[in-house]
Amino acid sequence: MKKPLTHIAVVGFVMFALLFGSTSWVQYVTADSLNNNPLNNRRILDQLARDRGPILVDGTPIAYSEPVDDKYKYQRKYGSDNLDPRAYASLTGYYSVVSGASGMERAAGDYLSGDSDALFYDKVGSFFTGEQPRGAAVELTIDPKVQQAAWDGLGNQNGAAVALDPKTGKILAMASTPGWDPNALASHDSTEASQAFKNLEAADGKPAYNRAIGGNLYPPGSTFKVLVAAAALESGDYEPDSQLNGPATLDLPQTTATIGNSHPGACRNGGKPTLADSLAESCNTSFASLGMDLGEDAIAKQAEKFGFGEDLEIPLNVTPSSFPSDLNPPQLAQSSLGQYEVRSTPLQMAMMTAGIANGGKMMKPQLVDRVLNANTLEPISETRPSQMSRPVSGDTADKLTDMMTGVVENGTASVAKMGDTKVAAKTGTAQHAKGAAPHAWFISFAPADDPQVAVAVVVENGGNAGNEAYGATVAGPIAKNMMEAVVEK
Amino acid sequence: MNQAPSQTARPRTYRLAELGLLILAIAVATTAYALVGLGVEDTIPANVYGYAAWLAALGVILHIIVWIKAKYADPVLVPIAVLLNGLGLAMIYRVDLGRDEYLGSAMTQLVWMTLGVGLAIAVIFVVRDHRWLRRYTYVSGFAALVFLLLPLIPGIGKTINGARIWIGVGSLSFQPGEIAKILLAIFFAGYLVTYKDQLVAAGPKILGIRFPRLRDFGPIVVAWVASVGVLVFERDLGTSLLFFGLFVAMLYVATSKVSWIILGLGFFSAGAVAATFLFSHVGQRVSGWLNALTAEEYNKTPGGSYQLVQGLFGMSNGGLIGTGFGEGRPNMVPYAESDFIYASFGEEIGLAGLFVILLCYLFIFQRGIRTAQQLRDGFGTLLATGLSFTIALQVFVVVGGVTRLIPLTGLTTPFLAQGGSSLIANWMIIGLLLRISDNARRPVEEFHTGVLRITEDSEPVPAVARANDTPSSALTVDEDAPTTNLPPADSRVFDGEAPTTNLPPAGARPRGQAPNDTDATDQRPTGGER
Repeated sequence: MKKPLTHIAVVGFVMFALLFGSTSWVQYVTADSLNNNPLNNRRILDQLARDRGPILVDGTPIAYSEPVDDKYKYQRKYGSDNLDPRAYASLTGYYSVVSGASGMERAAGDYLSGDSDALFYDKVGSFFTGEQPRGAAVELTIDPKVQQAAWDGLGNQNGAAVALDPKTGKILAMASTPGWDPNALASHDSTEASQAFKNLEAADGKPAYNRAIGGNLYPPGSTFKVLVAAAALESGDYEPDSQLNGPATLDLPQTTATIGNSHPGACRNGGKPTLADSLAESCNTSFASLGMDLGEDAIAKQAEKFGFGEDLEIPLNVTPSSFPSDLNPPQLAQSSLGQYEVRSTPLQMAMMTAGIANGGKMMKPQLVDRVLNANTLEPISETRPSQMSRPVSGDTADKLTDMMTGVVENGTASVAKMGDTKVAAKTGTAQHAKGAAPHAWFISFAPADDPQVAVAVVVENGGNAGNEAYGATVAGPIAKNMMEAVVEK
Repeated sequence: MNQAPSQTARPRTYRLAELGLLILAIAVATTAYALVGLGVEDTIPANVYGYAAWLAALGVILHIIVWIKAKYADPVLVPIAVLLNGLGLAMIYRVDLGRDEYLGSAMTQLVWMTLGVGLAIAVIFVVRDHRWLRRYTYVSGFAALVFLLLPLIPGIGKTINGARIWIGVGSLSFQPGEIAKILLAIFFAGYLVTYKDQLVAAGPKILGIRFPRLRDFGPIVVAWVASVGVLVFERDLGTSLLFFGLFVAMLYVATSKVSWIILGLGFFSAGAVAATFLFSHVGQRVSGWLNALTAEEYNKTPGGSYQLVQGLFGMSNGGLIGTGFGEGRPNMVPYAESDFIYASFGEEIGLAGLFVILLCYLFIFQRGIRTAQQLRDGFGTLLATGLSFTIALQVFVVVGGVTRLIPLTGLTTPFLAQGGSSLIANWMIIGLLLRISDNARRPVEEFHTGVLRITEDSEPVPAVARANDTPSSALTVDEDAPTTNLPPADSRVFDGEAPTTNLPPAGARPRGQAPNDTDATDQRPTGGER
């Protein structure tokens, strides 16, 4: 029996060797991937049980954790006395026991929870001082006055509004309506929390999408003409006073379809408007033929330089805007007016506006201003402005600024006049579906000679004005209020 | 008998070593218990002294009984069993504290432990020589069958979590299969020692491997039917696997024939594959194992991989050194105190802690096999092999299931998991292993087992008889021969594996010169085995 007994011993040892192996496999080799597995709810529970750092706006928390006496130890709360949580929901996102996190709660999660490696020295410090380790505070670039102006202006209409500091890329406001209240999702009662999540997903108008950077995107309409004008100037073949062909209707090649102007009749100067005039009165026929003359490549390249097609994290994920390809002339004509399959986020249009305002230097949009030690409020890191691209030359930017100032002073955007402050702007009224009211657009910056704020506003389906909507009348006042919140402070 | 001064020959008993290890085990278990209180409630449990005293009392009483009644027994078995049981108690207490309502499960388990230690002591007292058990080969077999069938009787049997392996009256539940495990090991050992010659007899040769005769298939078919029966009627894959593995391992040790292993594994694989397709619960386990980390399996109810994956998440959360007692979330795993207690340990004491636990089991297995190797009687060798292999296989099935090495089956982790039946069964196994290892190392002149007593008047008959080396005379003397096989009346030569050296009859040789206990064993009379 000696030999088989030895064999059984070997079998037993092999079984134990396998167990040592499989145990090490789970606890060590694959531990990281298991810990980060999307099915793993332990991580979020661990974080929930920690004193999560607040999200600050101008020093005031809009998301913060309060100690409670249950198994999660801390209750996440949103909003404060004068900050409506619904106005900030598209920024903060939610932090839920059952549904995980979204928005900044997710994008800045490592800072807020204290997991980020950047907080290492801070953690070591708190270990020695015996302080309760806390997640870091994340201060946003948002200016509450501008955000409030955007939120109030959008009101009960669906849409989005973005304001940027053209010189730094700081996002001063980013609102998306309809708003929603993240407090309901933060409930520690899992049934309540998951019901709130279902409600949010099913609600009319899809509030869960941050329309400023995601969702289904919008055709930018006539605001896109600024980009076509930029392409024209950059080509070297056009100047602001170059004459274009702007008849009452433009016959499109290869089809019986025509393009008309939004106002009846030919454009200025008897159907021969300059480039600047064409922008000022938003002449469709002249821009359609300009677009066809420039060609698809020139416009696509200009769009790309302004950031179309680029993945962006601010640190929220931004859906890339898109300019279509392989266009026939009628499609190119439509696309030159920001119609057909051109799709853009309001942030993208704000970036373009800011790039022009900043002398052709487009800054990377940033939503995080500073990361602070939540106890001492000492800064741990500060976001430095960084240039994202150089979409147009300084010369072109100056010309575009002049042209856009003209849109306010003697064109479609007169609604944005701000007394002595020079304003540059462009309106847009984007058709997007047969029979549906157009999306109302407005992009602008002020002061035109020393830009402090660049804005893009879109109101879906004409907002309360419905079919009567124009970019100037519906979106223009919102943009103006947002600019005034910056300039007149 | 020509006896030399026994002092020089007597192997060391290592009783003090056992006491030292035991104190260490109790200290570790008590510390774990205190740390659980500190970790969960920020305070050392109020009853920590009472708890430690109880644990210490159990360990020390067992230690003293072993000292008196089985003083050559293996010294590491008791400390390891106490350590594992103590750690199990701490984790059961920890999981209980993590619940919404405190059930006092650890105290219930401590009562079971007391019963288990009591039974181990009873085993040491009642079974004064393990060969005595061989008389009850068929009684054990029959009893095992009854125990196995009990859960199927309406009114007594209870189905818990889909497996009908429980009997219960009121709120009390018991898994008779755990006791059946021991009875089966006794039955197999007795049966195989008797019939292995027939089983070894040559049969047809297929593919270069000689298979047994068809008519000798009987026992393996019975074992197969029994374990498949458990699988089908009681829906318990783990127990089925355990019984069959136990049988095949013992069969192999008894016959040295690889063909039996192949046949056995073939039979079992066929049965397991068929079960995968025929029974939804087995198929679910397999798909939950293969695709464990998919959202589809994870969210499937019932029968998905939720429990397995939660266990894996818990273990990965523990990492190398664990979160510390009370700092993890073991309660997220269903059955964190029983089937998944290994994952609970993984989370809170980490890979390091699990290695210690695995090493403990490895020690039990290694000591059992070592005892089997030291023994000179086939029955004892088989029984020691069977009992220690059961523990190893059970650990393999449970831990392999929890760590996703093999599909998950419902078996308890020996000594650690909450559950009385498993605990007392494993303590009884420890009792038996203590008794067997005592016999294995006990010098000849100290045999006073009562049943197989060497009479002090030192009749020279056994030695002479052995020297004659005839089966008939062996029959007459073996009652007195220490640590030799006890051949049944119908058996001729039954151990082909007796030492090949031609030892002179013990009586003709001066004893007591053995440099160590192994040699002492080797020099014992071996006549009965020729």
